[in-house]
Amino acid sequence: MSEITAEQVAHLASLARIDLSPEEITNLTHDLGQIVDSVAKVSQVATDEIPATSHPLPLTNVFRPDVVVASLTVEQALSGAPDRDGDKFRVPAILDGE
Amino acid sequence: MTDLTRLSAATLSTLLTDGAVSAVEATRAHLDRISDVDTDLHAFLHVSGPAALATAARIDAQRAAGDTLGPLAGVPIAIKDVLATHDMPTTAGSKILEGWVPPYDATVVARLRAAGLVPLGKTNMDEFAMGSSTEHSAYGPTRNPWDRDRIPGGSGGGSAAAVSAFEAPLALGSDTGGSIRQPAAVTGSVGVKPTYGGVSRYGAVALASSLDQVGPVSRTVYDAALLHDVIGGHDPLDSTSLTDSWPSMAAAARAGLADGALKGVRVGVIKELSGTGFQAGVTQRFTETLALLAAAGAEIVEVSAPNFEYAVAAYYLILPAEASSNLARFDSVRFGIRVNPNEGSLTSERVMAATREAGFGPEVKRRIILGTYALSTGYYDAYYGSAQKVRTLIQRDFDAAFAQVDVLVSPSAPTTAFKFGEKLEDPMAMYLNDVTTIPANLAGVPGMSLPIGLAPEDGLPVGLQIMAPAKADARLYTVGSAIEQLLEAGWGHTMLDQAPELTLATSTKGAL
Repeated sequence: MSEITAEQVAHLASLARIDLSPEEITNLTHDLGQIVDSVAKVSQVATDEIPATSHPLPLTNVFRPDVVVASLTVEQALSGAPDRDGDKFRVPAILDGE
Repeated sequence: MTDLTRLSAATLSTLLTDGAVSAVEATRAHLDRISDVDTDLHAFLHVSGPAALATAARIDAQRAAGDTLGPLAGVPIAIKDVLATHDMPTTAGSKILEGWVPPYDATVVARLRAAGLVPLGKTNMDEFAMGSSTEHSAYGPTRNPWDRDRIPGGSGGGSAAAVSAFEAPLALGSDTGGSIRQPAAVTGSVGVKPTYGGVSRYGAVALASSLDQVGPVSRTVYDAALLHDVIGGHDPLDSTSLTDSWPSMAAAARAGLADGALKGVRVGVIKELSGTGFQAGVTQRFTETLALLAAAGAEIVEVSAPNFEYAVAAYYLILPAEASSNLARFDSVRFGIRVNPNEGSLTSERVMAATREAGFGPEVKRRIILGTYALSTGYYDAYYGSAQKVRTLIQRDFDAAFAQVDVLVSPSAPTTAFKFGEKLEDPMAMYLNDVTTIPANLAGVPGMSLPIGLAPEDGLPVGLQIMAPAKADARLYTVGSAIEQLLEAGWGHTMLDQAPELTLATSTKGAL
């Protein structure tokens, strides 16, 4: 059994920026332990000499000509924003004001 | 008059071209069908009746004016809610995007509009395409038209249910680990995951970018091919889009109808994707189909893919890792909902965490946390790094297999449609349902599911998966339509002719 603790799950949730309830942390600690145990078998065959594949059909140097093409208007770009201030996205404070 | 909802897209296309049926009539028939059955099925999250009829009227006017139109002009289509549509909400099945109307169309949506297809609405799905049953949709599950107590597959259960319940002849899906093929299998319909990069993903809400692929959903192999021809091909807006020129998939499907199309075709049966863990009726129909292929002159060869055993494990490391990164964009700033924390100061970080707590469902949280774990310092090499090596091994298994055979086959799913709730509390049981479909995504090769009969023990559809080498999508259509023709000749009808009649709603007719 992998050793996933509730403290670890709470830490991961803070890294992932998701508030979790104590009940969710308990459930996820259980689920994560079970899932990690099942997926850990990948290390059985992943020996040093095997290269990693990150992309099934890799392409390199995907460029386009450096010319201006049609893009969203400011109005379109802001159309889904939860809050705005004129032509800008409005966000809560970035830093905790002390 | 013929029930227009029962026709294939190809037949409907002929009637439209001949002027025997108008696009408005075809669209109206499908909207009425949706009114009749979708209150119960819930294949659609949004139906765009007036806009669909207006689009259809425009196509009719263009046809009347003698404009040159594509073969599918005037044919209605349903669109999975993972694809951006500028005139319909796009939620990807999540509360965090409730009501969001994107300012642009996905490339595949723009292409089908340009080809004159008529978008009917958006179909239900597991939240952010995470699931195999639609039970993880934030808006409630879709029912399987064959048995309303069972799942329609997932994540694209809405698209598969829509075509198999005759609400639309065609639909778009997306397939990251089987989300087109598994729903096709359990609803008796057809679904294709094209080669990775073969169809643009611009405007598809990203789940796992090294795995996601958009593809066609339909009732016949030929219809899927017609739609593939509309949506496929290079898109400069998607930097992973292949620049290859592609043959006509429709022509490839027609080639499969010729006498002797299967003669000499080498069909590989993957040893690791059969036997233990597969429902008896699934194995039975699969074995019968192999016999049919052999009788038609195909050469059946058993091949081994020893590393497929590790595919599910690798997938459930790679997918959550990529998803946890992709879903970081849901930060309550540019789109989607914003929720303030109940207490404490209002900083961006705390608002983001409160928004994601309220906006994401349990499966999305589970996978984001798992992905964050797999990418953490100290675990990265053991988990994510090893999973990427398994990916190499699986590609090698495919290479070795395709050195011996032209196509590979397996059952599309280990079982027929399961009941709601059966696997909901056991994530690993749900994940193992994708054992047959995941290898194709890890390697980027194309795969198709088509119906091959009903399992005798429960009377539910069974699917055959066909896989071809990367970029050989056309081969799927040739072999697929040959098999479909053989099976239907034996049955004397199509698969979906056997589907139960659905209860019609009486009060909602015409409400759209």
